[in-house]
Amino acid sequence: MAAFEIKEEAGVFTQEMLDSIKKVEATRPSRIGAELRRMSAEEKEDVLKRFHPDYREDGFSVLEAGPNKGEKVPSELADLLQGKSRVLDKKPDLGAPDYDTDVLIIGGGGAGASAAIESVNGGARTMIVTKLRIGDANTMMAEGGIQAADKPNDSPLIHYLDALGGGHFYNKPELLRKLVMEAPEAIQWLNGLGVMFDKDADGTMITTHGGGTSRKRMHACADYSGAEIMRVLRDEVINRGIEIVDFTAAIELILDDKGQCAGAVLRNMETGEIRTARAKAVIIATGGAGRLHYQGFPTSNHYGATADGLILGYRAGAKLLYADTIQYHPTGVAYPAQMLGALVTEKVRSCGAQLVNVDGVAFMNPLETRDVTAASIIRECKERGKGVPTPIGSAIWLDTPMIDEIGGKGTIEKRIPGMLRMYSKFGMDMRKTPILIYPTLHYQNGGLDVTDRSMTNIPGLFVAGEAAGGVHGRNRLMGNSLLDVIVFGRNAGKFASAYVPEVSLGAPTLSHVDRYQEELDRAGVVSKVESPLLLPSYTHGNPRFADTVKWGHADL
Amino acid sequence: MEKMVNIYIAGKQYTVPDGLTIMNAMEYAGYKHIRGCGCRAGFCGACATIYRIKGDTELKFCLACQTKVQENMYIASLPFFPTQKKTYDIGETKPSQTVMMELYPEIYSCIGCNACTKACPQGLPVMQYIAYAQRGEYAKCAEVSFDCIACGMCSARCPAGITHPMVSLLARRLYGKYIAPESGHLDKRVDEILNGDYDALIMELSEKPADELREMYNHREIEK
Repeated sequence: MAAFEIKEEAGVFTQEMLDSIKKVEATRPSRIGAELRRMSAEEKEDVLKRFHPDYREDGFSVLEAGPNKGEKVPSELADLLQGKSRVLDKKPDLGAPDYDTDVLIIGGGGAGASAAIESVNGGARTMIVTKLRIGDANTMMAEGGIQAADKPNDSPLIHYLDALGGGHFYNKPELLRKLVMEAPEAIQWLNGLGVMFDKDADGTMITTHGGGTSRKRMHACADYSGAEIMRVLRDEVINRGIEIVDFTAAIELILDDKGQCAGAVLRNMETGEIRTARAKAVIIATGGAGRLHYQGFPTSNHYGATADGLILGYRAGAKLLYADTIQYHPTGVAYPAQMLGALVTEKVRSCGAQLVNVDGVAFMNPLETRDVTAASIIRECKERGKGVPTPIGSAIWLDTPMIDEIGGKGTIEKRIPGMLRMYSKFGMDMRKTPILIYPTLHYQNGGLDVTDRSMTNIPGLFVAGEAAGGVHGRNRLMGNSLLDVIVFGRNAGKFASAYVPEVSLGAPTLSHVDRYQEELDRAGVVSKVESPLLLPSYTHGNPRFADTVKWGHADL
Repeated sequence: MEKMVNIYIAGKQYTVPDGLTIMNAMEYAGYKHIRGCGCRAGFCGACATIYRIKGDTELKFCLACQTKVQENMYIASLPFFPTQKKTYDIGETKPSQTVMMELYPEIYSCIGCNACTKACPQGLPVMQYIAYAQRGEYAKCAEVSFDCIACGMCSARCPAGITHPMVSLLARRLYGKYIAPESGHLDKRVDEILNGDYDALIMELSEKPADELREMYNHREIEK
């Protein structure tokens, strides 16, 4: 392939940035090959407590109703969990469902697609509803890779310990065991579907470190890892003739009079038409919450990441676990403003780029866990005043030109082509100049609480992927999320389809919606918003809309 | 006061701040996207957009989330295009010379106009990868097409009705499954796990007291 040519635009960097770049360039030769010290357990603890957004009390609210009453969650999430149901005033007729299936999957990302394939393999009639298109999901945007302990110097035990320590020892053991033990098979399954993993000529998987890994077990498909996996899974779902109802959101779960999950109320995103689906099992695979912009952070997440599944599950009585722990990815785009919050894959650091401050000093080992790295970047900017000024705030350099110096010319183009292309569109060549980053809202570590069969405390209600909590404890490692959506997407599909023959549905009902509203009323909670949110609203500072968008107005 | 520019969304004029992406400019103008918006980071292909600068004869193709607005930009979103995807069983479909003829015979009607390549917002040599597919050179087709995000603008421009993203997806799946070298270490590890080699060990590890696990984690050896 011809070398990727970039027209660098004059004036993309400010004079202050240019001055700082000179310092970065001056220290670069001495930094290449230098071993950067790892922090002690005490140092990590300290920086997390003082600078990680999860420790900012004013960002959280205590829930006043529902299964997790008395626990704190991000305030924006609390507003939705305690929001008003979209069917409260006008209940649809549940007697004549528009769709009738065995397994209803809500969400068309990596977990939903994996679940659908295994559900069909298990012999169940299966349907996917998704509020956008199938594949419109955070899975599509996962750039860095997927972990699996398949090298001779590695084992599921070492993978277990890495993820457990990374999760601050809060991971549910039965979930984490499954994640690491089924990881190699997940890779084999994807490989067998035709996913193009990076391999050497002899077939050895090319694997690298991620933050917090003690072995190089990050498998990748260039920096399109999630996109490559998602487009293959989507293709497979279509090949198998699985019914996909797109541009249709689930707005409430339907239970039966025995308390079992029995389907969902659906809303056409374009026409507003309400429909109902009857199902013997429901799998929530709705992903994360980045578009709620907790604490005003920008996000790397997909447009549809609004925590819908958490709202549906919670209102029906399903418990949340670790909903107060959010992952801020250390390296979101801080500049240019057009890409604010977009993900700069951790693979950039895996490939050798260091985090460097305004003076050209590499202030930390770039492969600490994500929470520690994000907190350290915030400290470098806020406490030590060593950030690089940008129009939006101060930021840190990610010294990308190091990558080609370490790995040889062409490494960036081959290993992180997506990043190279993204910056090139804004006149920047990351092979020649470093890039500016700052933490971005990236991942919901917690979610709905599930067993190792992916089922919640509500019979017939399953959850998979980012919407489920527990597997990653209170902090997820890079590459364990793509793994999670595959392992637990498949797991949910298998157990949901196996559950179907056992269940006999009673009369469908939405009485749980009224019961929850009564609980809110008794607690004196006045809902600020209808929920689930479905999509965020942006107006980019247009003063004409300042009064019309009251909630989900997330201009930063 | 920030600099403003005039743009035309589906022909209607709006004044928006210079420097916004097309996607953000539409939101500034008051649109709330349902279609035509996805990852907002250049990976999902939802926001395929065609534009023309007033007075210019050339049509341009881009992703709305990755492209800044310009003065006098006439913008048309292309959130959907009726492409054709054939279904197949990947287990039964082999990387033979004839598979493209069977599933996507229209690729042999390519007239070589290269409109597909000119329409690609990823800068991929689209017509070239179709030529590889015609010749059954799936490894080359897979490599060259790898960064395809399936926005479909190539197909929208094709006079032969070719659905390029689906053709290259098939080539990539054939390559990944049948042509890429097999990973012996992966198959070996899967066999060990299925054989139960780690069952007792993982239970033993996960049931250790928290303090011991903490010690093990803090002193674990890290591969260089």
